[in-house]
Amino acid sequence: MRAVFGRVWRQPVGRLGLLLVVAVLLLGVIGPPLAPYDPNKLNILARFGAPSTAHWLGTDHLGRDLFSRTADGGRVALLVALSTIAIALAVGTLLGIAAAYASPWGERAILVVFDIVSAFPTLVFALAVVALLGPGLDKVILIVAITLIPHFGRVARAQTLSLRNSPFLEAERVLGAQPWRITAHHLVPNILGPLVVLASMDIPVVITIEAGLSFLGVGVPPPRASWGTLLHDGYTTLSQSPWPVIVAAGMLTLATLGFTLFGEALRDAIDPKLRVEP
Amino acid sequence: MRLLRRIGSRLATTALVLVGAVALVFALTLVIPGNPAQALLGPRATPEAVQAFSHAMGLDRPVAERFALFLWNVLRGDLGNDVVSGRPIVTMVAEVLPYTVSLTLSAIGLAILFGVPLGCYAATHPGSLIDRVAAAVSIGFIAIPNFVVAILLLMIFSVWLDWFPVLGVSRSGTLGDQLARLALPALSLALGWIGYIARLLRASLLDVLGEAHIRTLRAYGVAERVIVYKYALKPAAIPTVAVLGLGVGRLLGGAIFAEIVFARPGIGTLVYDAIASRNYPVVQACVLVVVGLFTLTNLLVDLSYAWLDPRIAKAEER
Repeated sequence: MRAVFGRVWRQPVGRLGLLLVVAVLLLGVIGPPLAPYDPNKLNILARFGAPSTAHWLGTDHLGRDLFSRTADGGRVALLVALSTIAIALAVGTLLGIAAAYASPWGERAILVVFDIVSAFPTLVFALAVVALLGPGLDKVILIVAITLIPHFGRVARAQTLSLRNSPFLEAERVLGAQPWRITAHHLVPNILGPLVVLASMDIPVVITIEAGLSFLGVGVPPPRASWGTLLHDGYTTLSQSPWPVIVAAGMLTLATLGFTLFGEALRDAIDPKLRVEP
Repeated sequence: MRLLRRIGSRLATTALVLVGAVALVFALTLVIPGNPAQALLGPRATPEAVQAFSHAMGLDRPVAERFALFLWNVLRGDLGNDVVSGRPIVTMVAEVLPYTVSLTLSAIGLAILFGVPLGCYAATHPGSLIDRVAAAVSIGFIAIPNFVVAILLLMIFSVWLDWFPVLGVSRSGTLGDQLARLALPALSLALGWIGYIARLLRASLLDVLGEAHIRTLRAYGVAERVIVYKYALKPAAIPTVAVLGLGVGRLLGGAIFAEIVFARPGIGTLVYDAIASRNYPVVQACVLVVVGLFTLTNLLVDLSYAWLDPRIAKAEER
């Protein structure tokens, strides 16, 4: 673990990514308690404020403190990203392993379901579901997780297929180990590397989708702050003040850039063979 | 023969995927909380009106029958009627689709126009300043969500610098006016792809330039420019074409945002307005259209592999 982070740190790109990721994590974890104002507290008199000592990042069209809202939005983004990826990783890995061990028909059935789910561009699928079922954090998490499951499932299946007949698993079988034990203790740890890389590279994707859905007004329900809603509020009041847009766009840029650079460096550190240019 | 069988199996998978997608979209209507007729007509609708509407929409029939009917209608190209205006949804989609398609195509055009020369330069000058700057900038533009790019472009070029008209399309304006209004939305979609294409092309060009036939050309004294653009570019372009094809889905998703940010008509604005007014049939239809376009493009790209690179077809013969 330390060796991997060391290798990430040694690449300039990885170092920048790691620093940005840590900054975003800090903002999301200790930002909200540190924030000087309630993120939803209105103060109409102080609306459209530029950054100042009282409001570090300025205020929005209702006079809400942008730093407090950005920190709160960071927490939402991280919550959505991490829980989505956790669900997709768990279910995808299980389905992938199941597909590798299933009968040819079972395998084909799982792969066709993967194909159908992948046929929906994630955003359009999420848009459709949320539009029909109503907005909500839990729905956003569930939908995006579903669309990411095939990602993890395909990689898990390929990895399992390549390891299925390897001598160390054969040995376990000969020794009489139960299938679930072989899977949990010997197979999963050995296929996890590429899956973790994939997970880290999907984090910025999920952050983008959450922000996109919130931007369209079908993600995180108001008045809860999300970087997407901040951006949308700023967009509609762009002629009065550029600050909300600058803050929200800046945060989204730093976060997605940080996680992308970190993911690429992590991939190179764990398994350079995974590198598919670009 | 193998190739024919492959095409056949690929077509069958595509058909299965499309039917699955229709089923999924249909299934979503089943889990709408409450009665869909009530949701569409609003809380003040009388029970009689709700019942009459349910009957007219076929909502009181068994689920299997409704699905069969839905599938049959989709196959016939009948996506139902808009509940607000009563117009056929197919007409509404057909009206706005050209705007979305022209936006997507201009974005691809821009991406190729800038990405290909950049990739060629980077491959022939690896490690140069432009190569390194292009690599850094392209990761940035790939990572940043395109609606963020769109809003930043809008803020910088339309609001601050006032170089481009801010919003909308010009239905009757001159070609120049129309292009000016297309420029920023298309650029917001293309920026990520310029870097992506440049990186992809750089990698595959470097591979091709290392091959023996290129060395022979160099030995014959053929100019480097001719080698790159005439002999190496074509085989090196295959992965780029593939990725561009697969990227159509992402581009369509991005086009939704570009249309909303720049207030252009198109599938994106149609969906957005339909969501805002809870016009479910329109949402459903748009999702189906986007999924259909996406699946068909994927199919075309997949089938074109073998055609683009004879080696792939040969490998499949074996």
